[in-house]
Amino acid sequence: MNTKQNMTKSDNERQISSEEIKKRAKEIIEAARQNNEDGIDLDAYTLGDINEPEATMHSEADIPDELKESMDKVGIDIKENKSGIYLQTGNKHDLCVSNTPGVELLPIKEALKKYDGTDGKFNLQEYLWKAVPYDKDQYTAEAAIQEITQGYFIYARKGQKTVFPLQSCLFVNLPGMKQVVHNIIIAEEGSELDIITGCSTHKTARKALHLGVSEFYVKKNARVSFTMVHNWADDTNVRPRTGIILEDDAQFSNFYIVMSAVKNLQTNPVIKLVGKNASYYGQTLIYGKGESYFDTGATAHLIGEGSKAEIISRVLAVDGAHVKARGTIIGEGRDVTGHIDCSALILSDRSRVDSIPEIQAKNPEVTLTHEASVGKIADEHIEYLMSRGLSESESINLIVSGFLDVDTSPLPEKLAKETQKIIELVSEAEMG
Amino acid sequence: MSWLRIEKLTVEVEGKRILNDFDLNIDQGEVHVLLGPNGAGKTTLIKSILGFKNYHVVNGHIYFKDQEITHFPINERIQMGIGVLFQHPPAINGLKLSKLLTVCGEKRGNHNGEIQGNNYQQIESSNCSDEFPPYIQSLADRLKFPPDYLNRDVNMGFSGGEVKRSEILQMMVLQPELLLFDEPDSGVDVENVELIAKIMRELLDRDKVPSKQTKSGLIITHLGYILKFLGHITRAHIMMDGTITCSGDPALIIHSIMKNGFEACRECISCVESSSILKEVDFTL
Repeated sequence: MNTKQNMTKSDNERQISSEEIKKRAKEIIEAARQNNEDGIDLDAYTLGDINEPEATMHSEADIPDELKESMDKVGIDIKENKSGIYLQTGNKHDLCVSNTPGVELLPIKEALKKYDGTDGKFNLQEYLWKAVPYDKDQYTAEAAIQEITQGYFIYARKGQKTVFPLQSCLFVNLPGMKQVVHNIIIAEEGSELDIITGCSTHKTARKALHLGVSEFYVKKNARVSFTMVHNWADDTNVRPRTGIILEDDAQFSNFYIVMSAVKNLQTNPVIKLVGKNASYYGQTLIYGKGESYFDTGATAHLIGEGSKAEIISRVLAVDGAHVKARGTIIGEGRDVTGHIDCSALILSDRSRVDSIPEIQAKNPEVTLTHEASVGKIADEHIEYLMSRGLSESESINLIVSGFLDVDTSPLPEKLAKETQKIIELVSEAEMG
Repeated sequence: MSWLRIEKLTVEVEGKRILNDFDLNIDQGEVHVLLGPNGAGKTTLIKSILGFKNYHVVNGHIYFKDQEITHFPINERIQMGIGVLFQHPPAINGLKLSKLLTVCGEKRGNHNGEIQGNNYQQIESSNCSDEFPPYIQSLADRLKFPPDYLNRDVNMGFSGGEVKRSEILQMMVLQPELLLFDEPDSGVDVENVELIAKIMRELLDRDKVPSKQTKSGLIITHLGYILKFLGHITRAHIMMDGTITCSGDPALIIHSIMKNGFEACRECISCVESSSILKEVDFTL
């Protein structure tokens, strides 16, 4: 156990009791409600059924067709080889199967009971709220209060390398529901984990709220890739809260793909590269349509010497969609490098894209750069393709599909192909 | 039969008149060369023939195979059989050259090279991918492209020679009947000029017997060096200030430009002098 050194100072000073956390969390929520912060009232949504300790399914064979359909929409193919699968509907888990020795996949509630610090086991409580502070905002506070809700725990033991990805899917199935998820992922020294996850609103549950806290702890020389596809409804609010802590030589690749309409989605994973030569590569792909509002980005703290981060976003905006694409890199350690790259295509007169890159150099020994381009497709490009016999709309489609052809080379070869396939499937379904 | 006929074409770009009462006729099987100083309107002519948006036809007509195409959309003109090699094509992020070539081929009904004059599809290729038809790799091999080249984004970071070879590769897939070449040799090293010229010659049926020469071409060039490799050129034109000022025997016209420059053409001085020595000149000058 070596997490203490990575904890933020305030947490380190004293171990806060869960009662104290809940009390403080309630105050945060109350204050947010009084100020009508962020325009989302947590009380307007219900948790639904949470008191079912047993999984509703025992194997993949039990997955109903309706659920399979939703899984397809987020690119999760149960026919693919996998190291494990976790399914959750609302606030209770449906299925949790792990079939790789050395890599554990558990519902978080079960994991907290199992890893309680007794019998030489580590204490999972020590990881709770260390990568994401519980008092960040009303959403993390809500998750801190609702500790009875579910989520997944993924644990890769020292040196364990998964050949196939772990799959996870979270569904919101009832109208007016708030899904409050808390996930913890720990990759011990020298381990490798690939995770493909999808989150989706059922067509019957348009009005919903998804809160997802995900905490990643990637130890020395470990590598984690995380491919996440979101498929929401036009009345769903989404607030993922992600924190990633990377130790010496740890690597993290993050692919985030949202191609459905949403009401309001705001996320900004915070990556702390505390270790020497730790590296982070994050790519976000957003196809904003309808009247969706997106505010997405990532914040990387380059603390360890020689650490590096790349934050890339590709945005397509149609209809009345408004997308804010952010990226912040803070260069604190020596010889760190960071790059932010945002390109956006605006495909309708009503859509809007704001690119907000920020680089902060805290010492002279850093190399931080950013580039951004936002605009419509150049006429010159369309006319060039038309000069090869394509119609105007065929030309636009070809340019757009090229724009979506993201660089998956930071992923292991198998997963790169898988991710490409997911993007193709999702974009075909969403764009026709 | 007339393959390309332009009558009194006047074109404005952003309110500025670039082509002025421009006339040109190219019959089936003919290859013409168009010469002129920078800013004469040569590239504007190409883009007007294609129907680019910002090139407003104020007056005049364009015919392809005696059918008026003056106001046709760009892609319809291409599907009728016009093809173009651009001088400065744009780079398109994310669009792989192989993908563009595959789509071009499909548009022309050229799924595996069967409309090629040569049987390219029979050439087995070692590094062909299942993502695009093998005949495309065969064509790329003929142009001596490195193996990964087809998987690069169109014109992204291409050298001058690579841009032109990519353009000509697209022509090979499209197999047009009227080919427009805008500076096929500019920015290209000598070795690649010969390679490009060889393919142009093929695309233009130059090595077939005259009765089988069904393709036509219009070549814009600065230097004339590439013409040395193209076989018989039907006619040369000098374009200045948006119109053709002189047309005639290619050897004579190129010789006089080489000797005295375009400005002398205004007065026709050098051609008068050169007529007597016509027998001794050729394109290599």
